[in-house]
Amino acid sequence: MHYTFEIERGNFTDAGQASSSVKRTLKQLGVDPANIKRTVVALFEAEINAIAHAYGGTIDVDIDDSKIVMVVADKGPGIPNLDLAMQEGWSTASAKVREMGYGAGMGLPNIKKNTDELQIDTEVGVGTTVTMTVYLA
Amino acid sequence: MTVKEIIAQLGLQCLNEANLDTEVSGAYASDLLSDVMGNARSGQVWITMQTHKNVSAIAALKDIPAVIIVRGGVPDDDMLEHAKEEDICILVSQDATFQVCGKLYQLLA
Repeated sequence: MHYTFEIERGNFTDAGQASSSVKRTLKQLGVDPANIKRTVVALFEAEINAIAHAYGGTIDVDIDDSKIVMVVADKGPGIPNLDLAMQEGWSTASAKVREMGYGAGMGLPNIKKNTDELQIDTEVGVGTTVTMTVYLA
Repeated sequence: MTVKEIIAQLGLQCLNEANLDTEVSGAYASDLLSDVMGNARSGQVWITMQTHKNVSAIAALKDIPAVIIVRGGVPDDDMLEHAKEEDICILVSQDATFQVCGKLYQLLA
Protein backbone atom coordinates (compact mmCIF):
# COMPACT_ATOMS: atom_id res chain seq x y z
CA MET A 1 0.00 0.00 0.00
CA HIS A 2 1.27 3.43 -0.86
CA TYR A 3 0.22 6.82 0.53
CA THR A 4 1.44 10.32 -0.33
CA PHE A 5 0.93 13.51 1.67
CA GLU A 6 2.00 17.09 1.00
CA ILE A 7 3.85 19.23 3.53
CA GLU A 8 3.31 22.97 3.45
CA ARG A 9 5.89 25.36 4.88
CA GLY A 10 4.98 26.65 8.34
CA ASN A 11 1.54 25.03 8.33
CA PHE A 12 1.46 23.70 11.89
CA THR A 13 -2.34 23.70 11.89
CA ASP A 14 -2.50 20.55 9.79
CA ALA A 15 0.50 18.87 11.42
CA GLY A 16 -0.25 15.30 12.34
CA GLN A 17 -2.74 14.61 9.54
CA ALA A 18 -0.41 12.19 7.79
CA SER A 19 0.48 10.43 11.06
CA SER A 20 -3.17 10.25 12.03
CA SER A 21 -4.15 8.78 8.67
CA VAL A 22 -1.33 6.21 8.79
CA LYS A 23 -2.33 5.30 12.35
CA ARG A 24 -5.91 4.58 11.23
CA THR A 25 -4.70 2.41 8.36
CA LEU A 26 -2.31 0.41 10.55
CA LYS A 27 -5.07 -0.14 13.11
CA GLN A 28 -7.37 -1.44 10.38
CA LEU A 29 -4.61 -3.78 9.19
CA GLY A 30 -4.33 -5.16 12.72
CA VAL A 31 -0.70 -4.10 13.19
CA ASP A 32 0.65 -4.59 16.72
CA PRO A 33 -0.05 -1.45 18.86
CA ALA A 34 3.62 -1.10 19.90
CA ASN A 35 4.66 -0.87 16.24
CA ILE A 36 1.84 1.60 15.50
CA LYS A 37 3.08 3.81 18.34
CA ARG A 38 6.69 3.74 17.10
CA THR A 39 5.59 4.55 13.57
CA VAL A 40 3.40 7.53 14.43
CA VAL A 41 5.96 9.07 16.80
CA ALA A 42 8.66 8.92 14.09
CA LEU A 43 6.40 10.15 11.31
CA PHE A 44 4.98 13.03 13.36
CA GLU A 45 8.47 14.22 14.34
CA ALA A 46 9.70 14.09 10.74
CA GLU A 47 6.60 15.95 9.58
CA ILE A 48 7.12 18.67 12.22
CA ASN A 49 10.80 19.00 11.24
CA ALA A 50 9.85 19.58 7.61
CA ILE A 51 7.10 22.08 8.53
CA ALA A 52 9.37 23.99 10.91
CA HIS A 53 12.58 24.07 8.86
CA ALA A 54 11.86 23.47 5.18
CA TYR A 55 10.02 25.17 2.32
CA GLY A 56 7.61 22.36 1.63
CA GLY A 57 7.87 18.69 0.82
CA THR A 58 6.24 15.31 0.55
CA ILE A 59 5.65 12.27 2.71
CA ASP A 60 5.56 8.84 1.08
CA VAL A 61 4.52 5.83 3.13
CA ASP A 62 4.74 2.22 1.93
CA ILE A 63 3.22 -0.55 4.00
CA ASP A 64 3.62 -4.26 3.34
CA ASP A 65 3.43 -7.38 5.52
CA SER A 66 6.95 -7.08 6.82
CA LYS A 67 7.68 -3.36 7.13
CA ILE A 68 6.60 0.27 7.01
CA VAL A 69 8.86 2.60 5.02
CA MET A 70 8.32 6.36 5.43
CA VAL A 71 10.15 8.90 3.28
CA VAL A 72 9.89 12.57 4.22
CA ALA A 73 11.54 14.65 1.50
CA ASP A 74 11.76 18.41 1.72
CA LYS A 75 13.06 21.34 -0.25
CA GLY A 76 14.87 23.36 2.35
CA PRO A 77 18.04 24.65 3.90
CA GLY A 78 19.48 21.18 4.53
CA ILE A 79 21.33 20.21 7.70
CA PRO A 80 24.90 21.61 7.79
CA ASN A 81 26.07 19.37 10.65
CA LEU A 82 24.17 16.11 10.92
CA ASP A 83 26.14 14.88 13.97
CA LEU A 84 25.06 17.97 15.92
CA ALA A 85 21.48 17.66 14.70
CA MET A 86 21.31 14.10 16.02
CA GLN A 87 22.37 15.24 19.50
CA GLU A 88 19.57 15.51 22.01
CA GLY A 89 19.06 19.17 22.93
CA TRP A 90 20.54 20.65 19.74
CA SER A 91 18.05 22.76 17.79
CA THR A 92 17.99 25.58 15.25
CA ALA A 93 14.23 26.21 15.62
CA SER A 94 12.91 29.77 15.54
CA ALA A 95 11.46 31.56 18.57
CA LYS A 96 7.93 31.11 17.17
CA VAL A 97 8.43 27.35 16.82
CA ARG A 98 9.85 27.15 20.35
CA GLU A 99 6.85 29.02 21.77
CA MET A 100 4.64 26.24 20.45
CA GLY A 101 6.62 23.75 22.51
CA TYR A 102 8.84 22.45 19.71
CA GLY A 103 12.55 23.07 19.19
CA ALA A 104 13.73 21.13 22.23
CA GLY A 105 16.18 19.20 20.09
CA MET A 106 14.37 15.93 20.66
CA GLY A 107 12.85 15.32 17.23
CA LEU A 108 15.63 13.42 15.44
CA PRO A 109 16.63 11.48 18.59
CA ASN A 110 12.94 10.48 18.99
CA ILE A 111 12.91 9.29 15.37
CA LYS A 112 16.09 7.25 15.87
CA LYS A 113 14.73 5.62 19.03
CA ASN A 114 11.44 4.64 17.40
CA THR A 115 12.63 3.26 14.07
CA ASP A 116 14.67 0.20 13.10
CA GLU A 117 16.48 2.00 10.28
CA LEU A 118 17.03 5.70 9.75
CA GLN A 119 18.76 7.26 6.79
CA ILE A 120 19.19 11.01 6.37
CA ASP A 121 20.37 12.44 3.04
CA THR A 122 20.88 16.16 3.23
CA GLU A 123 22.44 18.86 1.08
CA VAL A 124 22.81 22.43 2.27
CA GLY A 125 20.66 24.78 0.20
CA VAL A 126 18.82 21.91 -1.51
CA GLY A 127 16.91 19.85 1.04
CA THR A 128 16.72 16.82 3.25
CA THR A 129 15.29 13.34 2.76
CA VAL A 130 14.60 11.29 5.86
CA THR A 131 13.94 7.58 5.27
CA MET A 132 12.55 5.66 8.24
CA THR A 133 11.83 1.94 8.40
CA VAL A 134 9.84 0.06 11.02
CA TYR A 135 9.93 -3.74 10.76
CA LEU A 136 6.76 -5.59 11.67
CA ALA A 137 8.41 -8.71 13.07
CA MET B 1 -9.48 6.28 38.73
CA THR B 2 -11.60 7.49 35.82
CA VAL B 3 -11.47 10.81 33.98
CA LYS B 4 -14.85 11.67 35.50
CA GLU B 5 -13.55 11.09 39.03
CA ILE B 6 -10.48 13.25 38.36
CA ILE B 7 -12.72 16.09 37.14
CA ALA B 8 -14.72 15.89 40.38
CA GLN B 9 -11.71 15.56 42.70
CA LEU B 10 -9.74 18.42 41.13
CA GLY B 11 -12.73 20.65 40.40
CA LEU B 12 -11.86 20.90 36.71
CA GLN B 13 -13.82 22.70 34.03
CA CYS B 14 -14.68 20.34 31.17
CA LEU B 15 -14.67 21.91 27.68
CA ASN B 16 -15.06 18.68 25.73
CA GLU B 17 -16.70 15.69 27.33
CA ALA B 18 -15.05 12.50 26.12
CA ASN B 19 -13.58 9.34 27.68
CA LEU B 20 -15.29 10.17 30.99
CA ASP B 21 -15.37 6.53 32.08
CA THR B 22 -11.85 5.76 30.82
CA GLU B 23 -9.50 4.48 33.49
CA VAL B 24 -6.44 6.75 33.83
CA SER B 25 -3.10 5.00 34.30
CA GLY B 26 -1.09 8.05 35.36
CA ALA B 27 -0.17 11.51 34.19
CA TYR B 28 2.57 13.28 32.23
CA ALA B 29 3.34 16.97 32.70
CA SER B 30 5.24 18.79 29.96
CA ASP B 31 4.99 21.78 27.65
CA LEU B 32 7.57 20.36 25.24
CA LEU B 33 5.68 18.49 22.56
CA SER B 34 8.52 16.18 21.52
CA ASP B 35 8.97 15.25 25.17
CA VAL B 36 5.32 14.18 25.26
CA MET B 37 5.65 12.40 21.88
CA GLY B 38 8.70 10.52 23.12
CA ASN B 39 7.86 9.81 26.75
CA ALA B 40 4.14 10.02 27.59
CA ARG B 41 2.34 6.66 27.65
CA SER B 42 -1.09 5.81 26.40
CA GLY B 43 -3.78 6.07 29.07
CA GLN B 44 -2.03 8.92 30.86
CA VAL B 45 -3.54 12.36 31.39
CA TRP B 46 -1.42 15.17 29.91
CA ILE B 47 -0.90 18.35 31.97
CA THR B 48 0.24 21.38 29.96
CA MET B 49 -0.08 25.09 29.37
CA GLN B 50 0.05 24.68 25.57
CA THR B 51 -3.30 25.51 23.97
CA HIS B 52 -2.86 25.08 20.21
CA LYS B 53 -4.19 22.46 17.80
CA ASN B 54 -1.12 20.23 17.83
CA VAL B 55 -1.96 19.38 21.47
CA SER B 56 -5.11 17.50 20.42
CA ALA B 57 -3.24 15.96 17.47
CA ILE B 58 -0.53 14.58 19.76
CA ALA B 59 -3.05 13.44 22.37
CA ALA B 60 -4.88 11.50 19.65
CA LEU B 61 -1.68 9.94 18.27
CA LYS B 62 -0.53 8.89 21.76
CA ASP B 63 -3.95 7.60 22.94
CA ILE B 64 -4.07 10.17 25.73
CA PRO B 65 -7.69 10.29 26.97
CA ALA B 66 -7.62 13.75 28.58
CA VAL B 67 -5.60 16.97 28.58
CA ILE B 68 -5.56 19.29 31.59
CA ILE B 69 -4.73 22.89 30.67
CA VAL B 70 -3.26 24.71 33.67
CA ARG B 71 -3.69 28.26 35.03
CA GLY B 72 -7.05 28.79 33.38
CA GLY B 73 -5.62 28.62 29.85
CA VAL B 74 -8.05 28.91 26.96
CA PRO B 75 -7.64 26.37 24.15
CA ASP B 76 -7.62 27.71 20.58
CA ASP B 77 -10.88 27.09 18.70
CA ASP B 78 -9.22 24.64 16.31
CA MET B 79 -7.67 22.71 19.21
CA LEU B 80 -11.13 22.23 20.74
CA GLU B 81 -12.67 21.37 17.38
CA HIS B 82 -9.97 18.77 16.73
CA ALA B 83 -10.43 17.35 20.24
CA LYS B 84 -14.14 16.87 19.47
CA GLU B 85 -13.33 15.03 16.22
CA GLU B 86 -10.75 12.81 17.94
CA ASP B 87 -12.64 12.28 21.22
CA ILE B 88 -10.11 13.86 23.55
CA CYS B 89 -11.39 15.20 26.87
CA ILE B 90 -10.28 18.82 27.35
CA LEU B 91 -10.12 20.03 30.95
CA VAL B 92 -9.08 23.33 32.52
CA SER B 93 -7.66 23.92 35.99
CA GLN B 94 -7.17 27.33 37.62
CA ASP B 95 -4.15 25.88 39.44
CA ALA B 96 -0.57 25.95 38.12
CA THR B 97 1.23 22.80 36.95
CA PHE B 98 2.83 22.15 40.36
CA GLN B 99 -0.50 22.11 42.20
CA VAL B 100 -2.25 20.01 39.54
CA CYS B 101 0.60 17.47 39.61
CA GLY B 102 0.62 17.34 43.41
CA LYS B 103 -3.11 16.72 43.64
CA LEU B 104 -3.09 14.11 40.86
CA TYR B 105 -0.06 12.37 42.34
CA GLN B 106 -1.93 11.90 45.61
CA LEU B 107 -4.88 10.43 43.74
CA LEU B 108 -3.00 8.17 41.32
CA ALA B 109 0.28 7.12 42.92
